[in-house]
Amino acid sequence: MDIVDQSIHELHRSLKAGEVSSVEATRAMLARIEAVEPQIGSFITVTAGQALADAEAADRRIAAGRMDVLTGIPLALKDIFLTEGIRTTCGSRILSNFVPPYSATSWEKLKQRGVVLLGKLNQDEFAMGSSNESSAFGTVRNPWDTTRIPGGSSGGSAAAVAARQATATLGTDTGGSIRQPASHCGCVGLKPTYGRVSRYGVIAYASSLDQVGPLTRDVTDSAILLGAVAGYDPKDSTSVNTPVPDYTAVLTGTVKGLRIGLPREYFIAGLDPDVQKAMDAAIETYRQLGAEFVDISLPHTDYAVATYYLIATAEASSNLARYDGVRFGHRAEEASGLLDMYTKSRSQGFGAEVKRRIMLGTYALSSGYYDAYYVKAQKVRTLIMQDFMRAFEGVDVILTPVAPTPAFRIGEKADDPLQMYLSDIFTIPVNLAGTCALSVPAGFSSDGLPIGLQLIGKPFCEETILRAAHAFEQVTEWHTRKAVI
Amino acid sequence: MRFQPVIGLEVHVQLKTDSKIFCGCSTSFGSEPNSQTCPVCLGLPGALPVLNKKVVEFAIKAGLATNCSITPRSIFARKNYFYPDLPKGYQISQFEDPICQRGWLDIQVEGQELKRIGITRIHMEEDAGKLVHGEVSGLEEGSGVDLNRACTPLLEVVSEPDLRSSDEAVAYLKQLHQIVTWLGICDGNMEEGSFRCDANVSVMPVGSDVYGTRAEIKNVNSFKFVKQAIEYEIQRQIDLIEDGGRVVQETRLFDPNAGKTRSMRGKEEAHDYRYFPDPDLVPLVIDAAWVEQTRQELPELPECRRQRFMAAFSLPAYDAEVLTASRELADYFEACVALGANAKAVSNWVMGEITRSLNDSSTSIGTCPISPRLLVELLKLIDVGTISGKIAKTVFDEMWRSGKEPAAIVEEQGLVQVSDSGAIESIIDEILAREAGQVEEYRSGKDKLFGFFVGQVMKASKGKANPTVVNELLLSKLKG
Repeated sequence: MDIVDQSIHELHRSLKAGEVSSVEATRAMLARIEAVEPQIGSFITVTAGQALADAEAADRRIAAGRMDVLTGIPLALKDIFLTEGIRTTCGSRILSNFVPPYSATSWEKLKQRGVVLLGKLNQDEFAMGSSNESSAFGTVRNPWDTTRIPGGSSGGSAAAVAARQATATLGTDTGGSIRQPASHCGCVGLKPTYGRVSRYGVIAYASSLDQVGPLTRDVTDSAILLGAVAGYDPKDSTSVNTPVPDYTAVLTGTVKGLRIGLPREYFIAGLDPDVQKAMDAAIETYRQLGAEFVDISLPHTDYAVATYYLIATAEASSNLARYDGVRFGHRAEEASGLLDMYTKSRSQGFGAEVKRRIMLGTYALSSGYYDAYYVKAQKVRTLIMQDFMRAFEGVDVILTPVAPTPAFRIGEKADDPLQMYLSDIFTIPVNLAGTCALSVPAGFSSDGLPIGLQLIGKPFCEETILRAAHAFEQVTEWHTRKAVI
Repeated sequence: MRFQPVIGLEVHVQLKTDSKIFCGCSTSFGSEPNSQTCPVCLGLPGALPVLNKKVVEFAIKAGLATNCSITPRSIFARKNYFYPDLPKGYQISQFEDPICQRGWLDIQVEGQELKRIGITRIHMEEDAGKLVHGEVSGLEEGSGVDLNRACTPLLEVVSEPDLRSSDEAVAYLKQLHQIVTWLGICDGNMEEGSFRCDANVSVMPVGSDVYGTRAEIKNVNSFKFVKQAIEYEIQRQIDLIEDGGRVVQETRLFDPNAGKTRSMRGKEEAHDYRYFPDPDLVPLVIDAAWVEQTRQELPELPECRRQRFMAAFSLPAYDAEVLTASRELADYFEACVALGANAKAVSNWVMGEITRSLNDSSTSIGTCPISPRLLVELLKLIDVGTISGKIAKTVFDEMWRSGKEPAAIVEEQGLVQVSDSGAIESIIDEILAREAGQVEEYRSGKDKLFGFFVGQVMKASKGKANPTVVNELLLSKLKG
């Protein structure tokens, strides 16, 4: 098998057997990036020199017999992760010159394991978007059909895995930003439970919803990467101090007796027929594997998108206040005073979608509107959380589509924010509830676009959804298909 | 018409923790600009706050000492506004559910009854940085931002509008200042801004129970200025109303040079801070055991100690007040008494020589060169008649200078008191012979001259004659 097609665990086996060196694997990846990047645009920054140095160090480590499953593996990070000494833009003009003096905890953890950093991946600006069209560094194209969006906001992270530009990547998910692009690009994307992975050094969009997670070729890789980045971080007060299990140990291939809930609010009229077909087939597959299905209800689903766009924008309006041109980032050249400097720097630095969300959030927090919008949204969030907790009294996992349609065309929804927001309708409730979910390849549309299946688990029960996804993967071949570029 | 002022105070107390409230940077004052910063207090992308437990402990102490209830689950909030000294574009503070609520302090204005002043709340927050302009900034042009102070811990103590005069406001402030320094949670340095105050002032007609429109006076940094600013503001509002005008709700700045307040921003320009719970910090849960433990660890508070000093040592109220001016002073006093000295004698010395010498040398009792043991040794020398009270002051000055044992000083300088009546008698005889004219005058009824003779004898004995013996002998000799 070609090096660039290998998963983490496959490449690990090759490295361990001495069939290939990390430098060779890294060179192959860099060559692949160079070859397909003009058509895909997954990367904002390629760190070729750094990658080769990392690979050489990894090879020395391997030679010394100090390797683990991630040593020497070429990875790439969404450009939302702070990487010390390497420019970190968050897809925004306002950070186009920002070189951070420290690294995200999740990246530190991977570095210690001896991974190779290929570069920083394109994304929607400040992770605000579902199509990767809001990036200040150009739109990413879907490797399965380059006239289509890869999904967002971790569009570069998903496209790079699908286009074989990285063995695996890290993304972040605030309302579906890992799962939706994973679904559109045919890879496995996992959003862990809120608090499972440290947010320290990850540029904040909506602090109560943001979570770091892997985008990978298969479920085993997802388990490996999650295990590597998960865990309590004293630098993140919202990270949770519970032990990190060996997620690969639970991938037994069996789901016999697993109770799977089907929420009636998610299987609605108007669901794309190809998506519906893929879901029906997946349900049948699970049935044959011995899982039991239970009809459930998540009654407040209809309010999820509105709730999300109040809470996420409110938090974002405050989180993005620090980009003021004073200490770092873009500062307008000709300003006639403090207020003018703020106004011009931010007007020039932020794109339209970011400005829209800052304004929405500022409005929702304003005196006189706070109770009607922010406070009410928090109450609805509690109800949505309770929906899930009640449902999980009777089921182990919940199965839904990831997105209502396969990847749409570039520009199709760019001028209609509301339509764009609705594309996250099935992923947003999971972030509001704070629990975990993943997207696993479950079929293709009639025009050859990948379709993902969402499995939602109980809080801190990533093992269960990984085990269920892995069992599905064992009896299907969707994840083995390859985009032709 | 007569007017009744109504005053409420918001006091910012900088906490004396080693590190900042949400990061590990040092809080020390006066370092190179921006040398005490990290990603968290610089507000860099991706940085997250982690609460300093010591700050919570200090806040609980302040709450207990001001009779507040401690909120079992309190919340941090973001106060959003743009300013270059505020790196994140918001200040982490508390809004709903602050850590301490509903307390009080009893204050005493001279010549008035004890009065209870309500404390609405005490909350924790981070300080902002500082802007530097012109020469101090060391910059050729423009202004600089120093973020060393950013993220240092503050308590904001908000009183009820229970104060009715500038004197009450000052009494309240002094009491609060004493408590926070007594607890050891604040250095109390008003010049460096460790204890600063905003005053809300309004006036209403006497007898009314409807408060007038208030003005908020910002950042008044000494007790004297608080009094001046409030008095100026009260008069300004009364004059305005009497001239047919109306007080507008606004923020005013006190100018200590002019002794006036002036408008800073009106209600229309007031910020909408868009407070909301900070999603980066989990709710702060304080269980009853923690509160109880902190209560146990609280030092005896000034008011209790004052009362005890009066009861246990039979000290006058004035002495008890002075001795409890600071915890260190009170500790010093008690240490002396514990070594067996007479309480009133110690009190006199502490209020007299010790305080004078501390003031003269601008030091505090904590670094007093004369330890309680040495002071007590000195008092013993007086008690047993080795030296007189007057000589003791000479010995004291030498002890202050050299740190030597009082007995050694007395020995070295030959200051032992002369009580031998024969020796004293011969001095007296000499003086009376020399001053025959004065003796005559005395005997003819000019009693006041007795002091003159005592003085002459003491002078001739270089102060060493036992004054009691001198008195007795002189009296009998002068009678003739």
